[in-house]
Amino acid sequence: MRLFTRKISARLSTRRRSRVAAPAVLIVALLATGGLVAVLSPASADKASSDAATIAKGRALFAVSCSSCHGSNAEGVTTERGNNYGPSLIGVGAAAVDFQVGTGRMPMAQPGAQAMQKAPVFNSDEIAALAAYVASLGPGPSIPTADQYDGSGVTNAQMVQGGEFFRTNCTACHNFAGSGGALPKGKYAPALKGVSSKHIFEAMLTGPQQMPVFSNGVLSPLDKKEIIAYLKTNESAPSYGGFTLGSIGPVSEGMFAWLVGIGSLVGAGIWITSGTSRKKKTTTKGADA
Amino acid sequence: MSAPAASNGTTPAATAKPNPAGAIANWADERLGIATSAKKQIRKVFPDHWSFMLGEIALWSFVILLLTGVFLSLWFNPSMGEVVYNGSYDQLRGIHMSEAYASTLHISFDVRAGLLMRQMHHWAAMLFIAAMLVHMMRVFLTGAFRKPRELNWIIGGVLLLLGILEGFAGYSLPDDLLSGTGLRIADGLVKATPVLGSYMSFFMFGGEFPGDQIIPRLYTAHVLLIPGLILALIAAHMLLLVYHKHTQWPGPGRTEQNVVGYPMMPVYAAKAGGFFFIVFGVVALMGGLMTINPVWRFGPYNPAEVTAGSQPDWYMGIAEGLLRIMPGWETHIWGITLSWNVFLPGQVAPMVLLGIVLGYPFIEQWVTGDKREHHLLERPRNAPTRTAFLAAMISVYGLLWAAGGNDILATQFHLDLNTITYFMRGAIFIVPPLVFIIAKRWCISLQRHDNDMLLHGYESGVIMRDADGGYSEKHLPLSEEHAYRLTARNRDQVYTGVSGADANGVEAPNARVDQLRARLSKAWFASNVQKPTKEELEEGHHHAELEHEHEVPLEGHAADGHQFDGRHDVVGDDLTHKH
Repeated sequence: MRLFTRKISARLSTRRRSRVAAPAVLIVALLATGGLVAVLSPASADKASSDAATIAKGRALFAVSCSSCHGSNAEGVTTERGNNYGPSLIGVGAAAVDFQVGTGRMPMAQPGAQAMQKAPVFNSDEIAALAAYVASLGPGPSIPTADQYDGSGVTNAQMVQGGEFFRTNCTACHNFAGSGGALPKGKYAPALKGVSSKHIFEAMLTGPQQMPVFSNGVLSPLDKKEIIAYLKTNESAPSYGGFTLGSIGPVSEGMFAWLVGIGSLVGAGIWITSGTSRKKKTTTKGADA
Repeated sequence: MSAPAASNGTTPAATAKPNPAGAIANWADERLGIATSAKKQIRKVFPDHWSFMLGEIALWSFVILLLTGVFLSLWFNPSMGEVVYNGSYDQLRGIHMSEAYASTLHISFDVRAGLLMRQMHHWAAMLFIAAMLVHMMRVFLTGAFRKPRELNWIIGGVLLLLGILEGFAGYSLPDDLLSGTGLRIADGLVKATPVLGSYMSFFMFGGEFPGDQIIPRLYTAHVLLIPGLILALIAAHMLLLVYHKHTQWPGPGRTEQNVVGYPMMPVYAAKAGGFFFIVFGVVALMGGLMTINPVWRFGPYNPAEVTAGSQPDWYMGIAEGLLRIMPGWETHIWGITLSWNVFLPGQVAPMVLLGIVLGYPFIEQWVTGDKREHHLLERPRNAPTRTAFLAAMISVYGLLWAAGGNDILATQFHLDLNTITYFMRGAIFIVPPLVFIIAKRWCISLQRHDNDMLLHGYESGVIMRDADGGYSEKHLPLSEEHAYRLTARNRDQVYTGVSGADANGVEAPNARVDQLRARLSKAWFASNVQKPTKEELEEGHHHAELEHEHEVPLEGHAADGHQFDGRHDVVGDDLTHKH
């Protein structure tokens, strides 16, 4: 036996350096993995919402991570004063779950004015399972498809139209450049830079946190796509004026005028008036003026 | 030294080869007669100190504003006529907008160096007003506004006001979303005027806001009226500067009657001219590297739209801050609304502030009774009340600017917007008095420190151990020049006022005002530390001489330290190193 394994390993080690060895191993490994996934995974993503097993998985996850605030059947928890501890999730739809959990806002790290964005706690399968479970509780907006939210295909005129929608509906809270803005009592509108097109679409559709709902009756899916196209165009456009200074308006500009402008010019003034004979004569110790 | 001529030369005498510059100067002088006045002015002496360069930053920024402004005016179209944008900026192509905004976009994207010029113009404007303010603070802190310079102080104050108005007009011209929001606030301020508000607003905008008049009107103000006034006032400011001569710091050889420094030609002209290029370079770098007012991101003005982070430029920050922290007080009477929430912070407060600034030299004169001429500057510590007043005003300014940016503070530092506002409402009354007290006490302890140095010398850093094992630091006397600079100031005199009735039993007619003045004068001066008297100084010097006796044996050699360790009697020991 020992001789036999040694023989194989000896033969393998002679072929190890062959040019086809690495691709061959890779192909075998990929086939094995793919095959195992196909055999072992319960359902494909397309059928997630209707698949009872996925819903069951989502329900299990929900019971562990969400039910303490949203109730064991997602019916919501009311406090003694009648406020919402966690709102009911019946009818919020898969899109809301995909946004809240996909951007890491849920599960919440701690109660506060607003749920903060953070690294997602669940992977995409788990998010899909949670979304399927919540979607099964009542009808609500479903997760948008790529052709709904991907703004790369729109015309320039449509993108410009999206800019007009953005200035009319979004800048009041999110700022002219999507840098975010303050809302009362510690709440805020987050920055839009780096947010995926899908999540922007879902946010408009479901109105998370302080945001109003822009239903498809208010802003049609095409309008939403145009807004996303406008944001993504600006994100990829060069900064024409140099450093943006945060794109938060004149307050940061004023700060830089004082720190950089006045700071360096006063420094230059000190330099110009130093090194004169009056200064050279001053060899006494002690502060001047 | 050339050798003396032995005989008459064979060649006839000829004039030196004419200098072309001299020829031009001669040509001009024969026609304009400028030599006499120029001869005096080019030898004009300016004292040298870094703080005297601050006003120049403002002057050179203004020159840059004129240069870049002329460039921009070649393309800018101050019209509110509606056009469809068809320029090269994709994100706005096809949008309806005013010609003013379209031409601003044209300058930014389709005119060579247009964006650089726009940004330089805007940065220079920010620096212009900031430099005026810093210059003003220097003049204030050193008492350079005192007689005979009160009028120049007022001219400077008016220049600051005009600069702010000019800046606001320029901010409003591009007709983008931000500038339109700023004009909307200006409209609100005007409308808050009791009774007359709506009439004034309609007059200003040629109808209901925004109308189609305001941009052309602001343009006239921005490129003609206000710059003309600023230029004229700068000329007056400089003429008065030449007439009064520049103030100087006290020092040996510097008196109220002379100016010690460098002549205009060649030293000061070179310094000032060089400084222009430095200012230009800094503004060009800022304009080239740092985005300011990215109008293309804001979009055209539309009264139905607004953006988060709508703020005025920094110099209007205090007005914005006042407006934001003011509680929403309104009175409804006889069918009219009196908007105290806008009228008080928007109209009354700026006027009060301006009145304090312009009237300050006269207020101080009245309190201190000091009507003498002053050409020597006062060190800030030697006018503790004045210095502390400015420190308090700076804190007011800073707090209000922060209050005007409360939403930016909230988003950048994850704070609660409402809490910032509530905090500012209290802080605006609590912080300035605290700053005043701290700054005043700080000045007074610096005065004490000066007196200590004069009487006991400066701390040499040499630690002495005496026979009993105690340690002390050796103090060495100040140089005469340093001591002169510390003592070249007047003693403060508290005005006591007239008290009670005179010999005939008649009360002074304005006794009440006089008592107020006496009280203020006491508050102003009473806790200041006065410079030591001649006797005190002599006493101090005598004391120092005694101390010097310790020094003698140390010269050339370091003491080995064993002389004072108590192992043997040091009396009669010559204290020198024995090895």
